[in-house]
Amino acid sequence: MSTPANTGAFEGHKKLERNVTLLAALTLGVVAIGGIVEIAPLFWIDNTIEKVEGMRPYTPLEQAGRDIYIREGCYVCHSQMIRPFRDEVERYGHYSLAAESMYDHPFQWGSKRTGPDLARVGGRYSDAWHVQHLKAPREVVPESIMPGYSFLAETKLEVADPAANLTALRHVGVPYSDKDIAAAKADLEAQANPEADAGDLATRYPKAQIRDFDGDPSRVTEMDALVAYLQMLGTLVDVNSAAAQEQLTKGDKGR
Amino acid sequence: METVVKRLGMWALVLMASIAAIALTPDSGFAIHMGIVGLVAVILIVATATSYDPLAKAQSIFRMPPGAGRYDDDVIRWGVIATMFWGIAGLLVGVVIAAQLAFPQLNLEPYLNFGRLRPLHTSAVIFAFGGNALLATSFYVVQRTCRTTLALPGTARFVFWGYQLFIVLAATGYLLGITQSKEYAEPEWYVDLWLTVVWLAYLAVFVGTILNRREPHIYVANWFYLAFIITIAMLHVVNNLALPVSFLGAKSYSAFSGVQDALTQWWYGHNAVGFFLTAGFLAMMYYFVPKQANRPVYSYRLSIIHFWSLIFLYIWAGPHHLHYTALPDWAQTLGMVFSVMLWMPSWGGMINGLMTLNGAWDKVRTDPIIRMMVLALAFYGMSTFEGPLMSIKAVNSLSHYTDWTIGHVHSGALGWNGMITFACVYYLVPRLWNRERLYSLRMINWHFWLATLGIVFYASSMWVAGITQGLMWREYGADGYLVNSFVDTVAALHPMYILRAVGGLMYLSGAIIMAYNIAMTIAGRLREEAPMGETAHDETADRPLPVPAIAQPAE
Repeated sequence: MSTPANTGAFEGHKKLERNVTLLAALTLGVVAIGGIVEIAPLFWIDNTIEKVEGMRPYTPLEQAGRDIYIREGCYVCHSQMIRPFRDEVERYGHYSLAAESMYDHPFQWGSKRTGPDLARVGGRYSDAWHVQHLKAPREVVPESIMPGYSFLAETKLEVADPAANLTALRHVGVPYSDKDIAAAKADLEAQANPEADAGDLATRYPKAQIRDFDGDPSRVTEMDALVAYLQMLGTLVDVNSAAAQEQLTKGDKGR
Repeated sequence: METVVKRLGMWALVLMASIAAIALTPDSGFAIHMGIVGLVAVILIVATATSYDPLAKAQSIFRMPPGAGRYDDDVIRWGVIATMFWGIAGLLVGVVIAAQLAFPQLNLEPYLNFGRLRPLHTSAVIFAFGGNALLATSFYVVQRTCRTTLALPGTARFVFWGYQLFIVLAATGYLLGITQSKEYAEPEWYVDLWLTVVWLAYLAVFVGTILNRREPHIYVANWFYLAFIITIAMLHVVNNLALPVSFLGAKSYSAFSGVQDALTQWWYGHNAVGFFLTAGFLAMMYYFVPKQANRPVYSYRLSIIHFWSLIFLYIWAGPHHLHYTALPDWAQTLGMVFSVMLWMPSWGGMINGLMTLNGAWDKVRTDPIIRMMVLALAFYGMSTFEGPLMSIKAVNSLSHYTDWTIGHVHSGALGWNGMITFACVYYLVPRLWNRERLYSLRMINWHFWLATLGIVFYASSMWVAGITQGLMWREYGADGYLVNSFVDTVAALHPMYILRAVGGLMYLSGAIIMAYNIAMTIAGRLREEAPMGETAHDETADRPLPVPAIAQPAE
């Protein structure tokens, strides 16, 4: 049945079956190729991430909110990645750009929409709506199947060392300045407390929203942090401005 | 004596380190985890101290192998029990979260909310149930096919208990909110480091045993186990690269961000399926199907071709989880093309398994274990056809983000991984505990049909749910506006979510019947029941009717 050359190849395989070192080394080589070819170029092909105006690192309060979002497993049911389809763009807004998650360690694109996409949820609802919805989702949306998170409003926001979080993020590539890190603890409190002096928070973090988010100005809760994070999602890059569109088409060349 | 003191000293150091960590950390979840580590150290101190008596040592749970004349099966017995335990636990959590989606009032904040329980379910079934099945069967198969005992028996015991500690830390972590949010790689940095140590020890035991083999050739099942162990090590280390905020806290931040992090994660995520749930389980298939059918593997050449093409192609398929996202188009297309190609080597494995039954097909009728294996291979074939279909971008634009994906995963997990594992456990238990037969074969039949019906309920309800929701999202009215609000599409799925929970409950009931059957077999009991697959035959009734009195010949 088989040609002599074929038989030779299968004969050669017997060598591998007798030598576990060879078998293991060849296996490792074979399984390494796919990842190297697909992932490695993403780190050096320039147009993988578009150049856009407006991206900045998260403020300490937003980052704390993001850590709560991860802790509660929100990504299990909510994506943060709008695909370039007519219905998605009409429902959620401009399709997501790679640049918009460039400071996301880890990414939160998600894989399932049990609930709606949140990539551009910022500014769509009031703070009060978010607080009410998180506390008791079905009081606001009767058909919702989301769990309740009322404990967030009752839990004081405790971040052991906000500066250490920012330092770790700087080590993995987020461009926080020395001043950002030094002011991390003060920034964290000031962004959610209208009485406090926010200093130059708004200039270091453009478009940062500074106000009491959870309706309880007397203290900073986990609810403050989570709502602050939700309210900034998708608000940094002005994707619909003419200038942004022009930059995008430039960036798309050679894609 | 000296070694006992040294060991006691080592465990005491671990205990002190964990107490110091509890005292110093500001992070309550991390403190609980260090408490678990400290508890393990206390157990080890007690075990070491009591095992100083050599006789007690032989009786303790850390007992050593019976000698060169017998295979070293202790770890395998523990592994089989752990597989059943974690299997029931994982399925139970699955039924609970399925019910939460149908009836959201069942969420109990904060610890038992869906967002924290879902990773508990996925990790419990994949890594605890599947992982223990792989550990146990790989140690069983490598000894039998190499005709030698486990190399490094002490390390093998460390691998088992170290892996259970990993599971406990991961599972409690999710409930406490300790997660790095990478799907199927949620445990934080210190748990990842621990798993790395355990995994390298596993590799050492496995390769060591192959090096000691008395057979000239390495059997095909061992190629698959080896590829599974090596590739999981590579994926685990790269995907979990992260920087801890503090060595006294659980929190870390991923080394990668955004698009690079996404592709690294799905390169990992898809190959957790490809190597943990496919290559490893194919290894189980390659030993246990021929054994149970008492036939040689159908084709040696097919196994070579499909082994190398499977492990080469699988790695490329990750980007199909990121179709139409901000991942560059070239990577998406590459992922799609390789996913479609992957169909062929996947079916190579199915064909090699099914054709092994050539000449033994009658056993599907008479042997419920063979029937389970055939069903597992059929589901493997179905889900490895459905996967390439869903990786086509046009199909994916509809299916992605919907329950179709959930249905696909479960036809593979419940149908392929679950059924082949159950069949292997049924094969192993009477042999490992030296029993004449299983407690009951008829209970396997019940298990088989409950599980099969459960999968049918699960998969079909999720197909309907996924396609319904995908179509509703993109539905436009005559006025040119979207017809459905998001929450309309959620409300529409309610009946499907109930049906899915029912399917899951049926599958769980089958597994509970199995657990009872296995427990009774281990206890040495035999159920009195009519044998299966035989036509009833009563020897005493097999007689001609007595000659009637009237027929007496007249004088």
